[in-house]
Amino acid sequence: MSRTDTGASERVADHPPSGPGRPRRGLTERLLAVRELSLLIALAALILVTTMRNDRFLSAQSIKDLLLGCAILVILAVGQTLVIVTRNVDLSIGSILGLVAFATGELFLAAPGTPWPVALLVGVALGGLCGVVNGGLIAVAKVPALVITLGTLYAFRGIDYYWAAGRQINAADMPRSFLRLGNQTVLGVPVLFLVALVVVAAAGFYLRSYRSGRELYAIGSEPAAARLSGIPVGRRVFAVFAANGALAGLAGVLYAARFGTLDAAAGAGLELQVVAAAVVGGVAIFGGSGSVYGAALGAVLLTTIGSSLAVLRIDPFWQQAVVGALILAAIGLDRLLALRTAARLRGGSAHGA
Amino acid sequence: MAHDSLYTAPPSGAGVETEREGGRFAALRRALGSWDAAVVAALVVAVLLASASVQNFATGRNAQFLLLDLVPLALLALPMTLIVITGEIDLSVASMVGLSSTLMGQMWLSSGLSLELICVLVVLLGGVLGAVNGVFITGFGLPSLAVTIGTLALYRGLSFVVLGDQAVADFPPSWTAAAVRNLPGASIPAAVVPVLLLAVVFGVVLHATPVGRALYAMGNNDQAATFAGVSVARTKFWLFVVSGAVCGLVGVFWTLRYASARGDNATGLELTVVTAVLLGGVSIFGGRGGLLGVVGGVLLLGVLRNALQLADVDANALTIVTGTLLIASVVLPNAVANLRARLHRRRQRAHLTAS
Repeated sequence: MSRTDTGASERVADHPPSGPGRPRRGLTERLLAVRELSLLIALAALILVTTMRNDRFLSAQSIKDLLLGCAILVILAVGQTLVIVTRNVDLSIGSILGLVAFATGELFLAAPGTPWPVALLVGVALGGLCGVVNGGLIAVAKVPALVITLGTLYAFRGIDYYWAAGRQINAADMPRSFLRLGNQTVLGVPVLFLVALVVVAAAGFYLRSYRSGRELYAIGSEPAAARLSGIPVGRRVFAVFAANGALAGLAGVLYAARFGTLDAAAGAGLELQVVAAAVVGGVAIFGGSGSVYGAALGAVLLTTIGSSLAVLRIDPFWQQAVVGALILAAIGLDRLLALRTAARLRGGSAHGA
Repeated sequence: MAHDSLYTAPPSGAGVETEREGGRFAALRRALGSWDAAVVAALVVAVLLASASVQNFATGRNAQFLLLDLVPLALLALPMTLIVITGEIDLSVASMVGLSSTLMGQMWLSSGLSLELICVLVVLLGGVLGAVNGVFITGFGLPSLAVTIGTLALYRGLSFVVLGDQAVADFPPSWTAAAVRNLPGASIPAAVVPVLLLAVVFGVVLHATPVGRALYAMGNNDQAATFAGVSVARTKFWLFVVSGAVCGLVGVFWTLRYASARGDNATGLELTVVTAVLLGGVSIFGGRGGLLGVVGGVLLLGVLRNALQLADVDANALTIVTGTLLIASVVLPNAVANLRARLHRRRQRAHLTAS
């Protein structure tokens, strides 16, 4: 998908849809569809090839494992998309996830009778608090999010290690009802994945249909212009970081429910995978363009690659290399599409003038 | 273009030139007065405090370990400084170190080449890895942040492909001992000498050559630099190649120092390198910062971590210190600048009302 074009649709969205606005928006939507379509095609091809090699890849159990495996990454990718769309990045989510996961375990250790919805709320609140720290520092200091969240990546992880002091929390320390949350299925679909779907749908709807959601794209397209057009840029960016922190907190609680065994290293290095999922999903790293659907599909694709390599009997050591190559291919493709669309738009405006 | 005007004095504009020189010295003084000096002062305070309060800190043996541990970080910070000053970033450095290390191990295991030749080849291969980054960034015009996140995964993955999860450890003892040997008659590791030499080379290039001025110009404004005749793409390409070659060198050192070539060598080091560079006063937006501050930042980071580790703080919990330092190093100068601007405005207003 092209940066330029979504920028155009953004400008259109801020004004009442007048004559010249309509055809452009149609073009944007077509391109959007193409982007998500190409991801779906890649995913389908991957599944097809893997299934031809081993038909158990499409068995109910295998699909369940796959959906379970990608749920947490999908949730994180959605949050990261919100951030990247505003031309920021949050590198601290892996650490937030680890901190919240450990805190959830500690909560059950301290108060064994805690019902799981309370634990969920506490986790989301703690994650949100971490996000507020990020957003606050960025708003106060007016320095790039990359630097601040690199700092909090270390700080949150350090707090996690300091707190854990080498201890480990096991599944036996947590109530069964909570752990069931991590493995239960509804009609064969894991609850975790349903949660992820709800998050994707909510964020997608918000970004598409809410004024403040559209404003996030405006901020990412051109922060200065957004400010001049009356958008409260600082407040929006702050809110986005708080939301992303809360989503990472949610992912942390789900991580605790799914894996049961927790130490201070949970989720280390996850941030790069999440950024990779968003980038593969067509979210432009410099903001202003991309959808949560694409990012979610990117996360699903990355997870599927991981499990299909094992089925294809390709050395699992290749997995990371494939992910890297995929990122390069995705941004290369984006660039190509952007150049083409830019050329087309230039041609169009020349005709118009 | 900055370097043109500074190095080829216009025949009639001598007055302009001295004025600019004055401005330059003022800028230099301002820089020394603020960040570099603050980092060096913090370093001195940290060393004094640690010597006084932490047992075994001020011993020759500890100094040796401290410096030895800092060699990879210091080496990687040199090209990173230049890259960040041009407004780009290279997050793939640690993965390039890992891949260089496993390539060295695999060559030693199966090629039968002499170790001298292998070392040279590894540095050259590191340059090739950096060139791949460079092609994607300058050739295809892609953002370096995204490209090097991609190659971070790619190179780390390849380094596992090269050696799997095994380690090559049977390097000749004479070589592995040489990597940790001290200078004769001192408790300073010999490996510090090449680091210092490279630091001087990078410092001279950055601060005293047209190329260095061009790097700052690019960081401030790519397009203006292009119009002023700087070949932005070519310079950046070579910067990434140099970064890769230095990673190859670090890969060789890492392998020999720990006598082990493994796929996960130096994992996660890229973030520490970026932290050291930013702590050294280089602006993430590019165009600002210097090598002296970065060297100070590397040493400060190393001293603090070493001292706290000796004081029995859990090594992993130490990342709180790294993170807090990084945040403070960007938040404080900005807060001070804001305050100064506000005071300045108030003074100007007072001036206006007085006159």
